[in-house]
Amino acid sequence: MTDFTPNEMMTIAAARELSNDDVCFVGIGAPSAACNVARLTHAPEITLIYESGTVGTKPDVLPLSIGDGELCDTALFTVSVPEMFRYWLQGGRITTGFLGGAQIDKFANLNTTVVGPYDHPKVRLPGGGGAPEIASNCGRIFITMTLTKRGFVEKLPFVTSMGHGEGGNHRERLGLTTKGPTRVITDLCILEPDPETKELTVVSIHPGVSRDRIAENCGWPIKFAESVIETPAPTETELSVLRDINTRTRKAHEGAGTGKEAA
Amino acid sequence: MARIQPLAEAVADNVRDGDTVAMEGFTHLIPYAAGHEVIRQGRKDLFLIRMTPDILYDQLIGVGAARAMKFSWGGNPGVGSLHRFRDAVENQWPRPLEVEEHSHAAMANAYEAGAANLPFAMLRGYIGADLPKVNPNIKSVTCPFTGETLAAVPAIRPDVTIIHAQRADRKGNVLIEGIVGVQKEAVLAAKRSIVTVEEIVEELAPPSPNSVVLPSWVVTAIAHVPGGAFPSYAHGYYPRNNAFYIRWDEIARDRESFTAWIRENVLDAKPEDFARHAAKHSAKAA
Repeated sequence: MTDFTPNEMMTIAAARELSNDDVCFVGIGAPSAACNVARLTHAPEITLIYESGTVGTKPDVLPLSIGDGELCDTALFTVSVPEMFRYWLQGGRITTGFLGGAQIDKFANLNTTVVGPYDHPKVRLPGGGGAPEIASNCGRIFITMTLTKRGFVEKLPFVTSMGHGEGGNHRERLGLTTKGPTRVITDLCILEPDPETKELTVVSIHPGVSRDRIAENCGWPIKFAESVIETPAPTETELSVLRDINTRTRKAHEGAGTGKEAA
Repeated sequence: MARIQPLAEAVADNVRDGDTVAMEGFTHLIPYAAGHEVIRQGRKDLFLIRMTPDILYDQLIGVGAARAMKFSWGGNPGVGSLHRFRDAVENQWPRPLEVEEHSHAAMANAYEAGAANLPFAMLRGYIGADLPKVNPNIKSVTCPFTGETLAAVPAIRPDVTIIHAQRADRKGNVLIEGIVGVQKEAVLAAKRSIVTVEEIVEELAPPSPNSVVLPSWVVTAIAHVPGGAFPSYAHGYYPRNNAFYIRWDEIARDRESFTAWIRENVLDAKPEDFARHAAKHSAKAA
């Protein structure tokens, strides 16, 4: 078996969730890497949309921001930000939203706003950006995050975007008709909400990872589904596509100058 | 009609202490040179508005120019925190910063409502999210036809909006291309506006009948500042300097290194200094 890192396994497992039929609203960072690996391997016809207004974009290097020029240069078309959020996202044209987050709870609610009380935060995080409406308006949501005790917490200090709320049929009770988070892809395993309770449950474990290690890295007593499969290891092709795009990206982002000439 | 004038004059004429100021540009075309001029002129007590505060508002907050900020995502994209913003919120340095926080969808709708001369914007938003609990400016309305409850936020009506664009003609008509963000809405929503441009040309010659053009009669002031969006970018002129965005993390992490950087690169600098960023790239491309 080829050697791979947990992070590579996470990106590749996340990429496999996507298909040619997806119209995908892409979050920056880990989701962006996964979406582009999908596009460059098994899903060449996937439509990738970034909230900066670029639709059908095919970047050669991963963008550092959601609005890098690369995204606009390679897009089918580019719309204004109000049009993006009103017609395309709220209009219900997006099948899949792909999000990351700083913290997640067992019902896949996300926090990217604050740690500690809102008015006197211990840590002020960037905030929600597009996430609150991505989470409610996309057909379904995939989330990708590394599994750590700090990130996977029993109770969120702040709900930036809703997953399954308090669990059960909470989304329906709020009038939502979209599915919400259906898969959470981590560096150790893949989780799915239980069909009834909506509590995140391990359904697939990455090669070489033990159940104990998963339990130790999760901030709540994590449950395992009745039948758990082993995630297929990354293929040579998947790994080489991911490593190539990461190499191109590093080169491109570092190559723009030392910053010393900054005004 | 827009007045074509030096940047220092445009800022002195249009930005006052205590103003509500929107500097827009969604990653692209961020008006850095104009923001630096606002810092140099010592404007204070500003109510800053911007969807993605970015490095420019980190700088304005860090020098103490702002009393408040309305925003929807306050980070250094792809890099991490805005350290000056965090220091202001977490430690009140150099002064306390009042925060009015929204989602992107709400901000975009609020700018559009401002441009449309409506008092508020509505959207199907914030469902199950905590922001409405901490922001009294997020309320709800009931649809008079279906009974659906929708989120409502006040329209954004800045005293002055500042943007950067590719070019203007001598009459003061402005062309924006690429990722156009909310700049058109932000200008139309504002009482006054300043546009810095890469080029001033004889004929605007928009490339398409559907190009994004702001006619001279909706713009207050235009200043020719090549390179004025650095370290963000101007589509067709120079790329985003991602290396600088990465380096800003170090500069801004520490109060002393931030203050030294501002002294050297803002207080002791001038708008013309931005030209080298544009020139360097066109030389490379040639």
